[in-house]
Amino acid sequence: MSNNSLVSIADYSKEEILSILDSAADYEANPNRKTLDGKVIATLFFEPSTRTRLSFETAVVRLGGSIIGFSDAATSSSSKGETLNDTIHMVSCYADAIVMRHPLEGAARHAAEVSPVPIINAGDGANQHPSQTLLDLYSILKTQGTLENLNICLVGDLKYGRTVHSLIMAMSHFHPTFKFIAPDELKMPDEYKVFCRRNNIPFTEENELTDNFNEADILYMTRVQKERFQDLMEYEQVKNIYTLRNNMLNNSKPTLRILHPLPRVSEINPDVDGNEKAYYFKQAQNGLYVRQAIVSKVLKPLTPKGEQE
Amino acid sequence: MEKKLKVAALRNGTVIDHIPSDKLFKVVSILHLDTCLNQITLANNLESAKIGSKGLVKISDRALEVDETNKIALIAPHAKINIILDYQVVEKRPLVLPEEIIEIVQCTNPNCITNHQAVTTRFHVLNNDEEIMLKCHYCEREVKRDDVKIK
Repeated sequence: MSNNSLVSIADYSKEEILSILDSAADYEANPNRKTLDGKVIATLFFEPSTRTRLSFETAVVRLGGSIIGFSDAATSSSSKGETLNDTIHMVSCYADAIVMRHPLEGAARHAAEVSPVPIINAGDGANQHPSQTLLDLYSILKTQGTLENLNICLVGDLKYGRTVHSLIMAMSHFHPTFKFIAPDELKMPDEYKVFCRRNNIPFTEENELTDNFNEADILYMTRVQKERFQDLMEYEQVKNIYTLRNNMLNNSKPTLRILHPLPRVSEINPDVDGNEKAYYFKQAQNGLYVRQAIVSKVLKPLTPKGEQE
Repeated sequence: MEKKLKVAALRNGTVIDHIPSDKLFKVVSILHLDTCLNQITLANNLESAKIGSKGLVKISDRALEVDETNKIALIAPHAKINIILDYQVVEKRPLVLPEEIIEIVQCTNPNCITNHQAVTTRFHVLNNDEEIMLKCHYCEREVKRDDVKIK
């Protein structure tokens, strides 16, 4: 890569992660400033993701930058058969950085290799979504005051959920303890358990959500997607087992906070929303500051040392 | 005991011996021998005390580069490479699995960009707990060495 792209959370060292979180806190204190004045940022959404796109666009606009782009591949030249390589080259003639969401895994890495301007991966298929991971970390840091030695409980679709996989990788710098709660169909894949063992990260696994998170500092809920199940009866059963209700929180730590990447369906009952432990909407708002920090970082000129290959 | 060669001796060039029989034509393809203009002798299903049934490649007047021979380390790690000069073995070359494998492996993830657009495949070789895994540089999916798909 010849630029400052952010493709995967693994591209950032512990220090870089902490510096992004620092910078996000700074933007939270003062989110409106003109540091991107005159900059043009392209948001190329080859598949729709309104939430992520609006968050990035707001981040840019609040910093005085301008936005070009598209929100659906049907309206872009890729629908005429243009390769990603060509689209990126064309757009990089106009924009100072590109925020991209693409349905194919690895698309962001490929784009970053061919692009003369930085690429920010806003999700490549089921692979990576680093800005989500960074905003999760920011939310954890903000609510717990530290990232070190936390007890984190991950619930729901742990098999396909890329946010939980990236969170494990990112948290591995900070000595966490994990509990994985998922139905058998959606269990944490072996490669992440191997990763934990190799990094001396203790974890336990359970397949029912009751109030078995009383030790937890963070309860990270994910959506159990209907389309992952071959048997719809099974889905209906699992859906009910994995619904968090307000009365299940009675014995949890007072400092527990509940995170969810959103959108939620039925996995968090609306009666939880009023509980002070519910943090998911605030978490989404944190995304704005973290994305301001990310866009600002990728646009910083490279030092000679930072130039790779 | 007098040893009788089933395949004529090579004066100058490269001999690749002890290729598992089912991998011979993969080796031919990986080394692009199908378009090589040198004289090439292929033999397959020869008896082998070591591996049962083996294949053999002799390429005249061309010493393969280390980068080239290492490409076959993935599929035929126990193959023997000899570089021949004037009927003498001048180099017995060990096969070393490279840290990166470019082009010859196809990603098993159907949703990987390399399976949809003209992107050269690239894999990182990971040696974890004695099991060799290949990690796609693009989609980051890991695959066991034995499950690798050669293009």
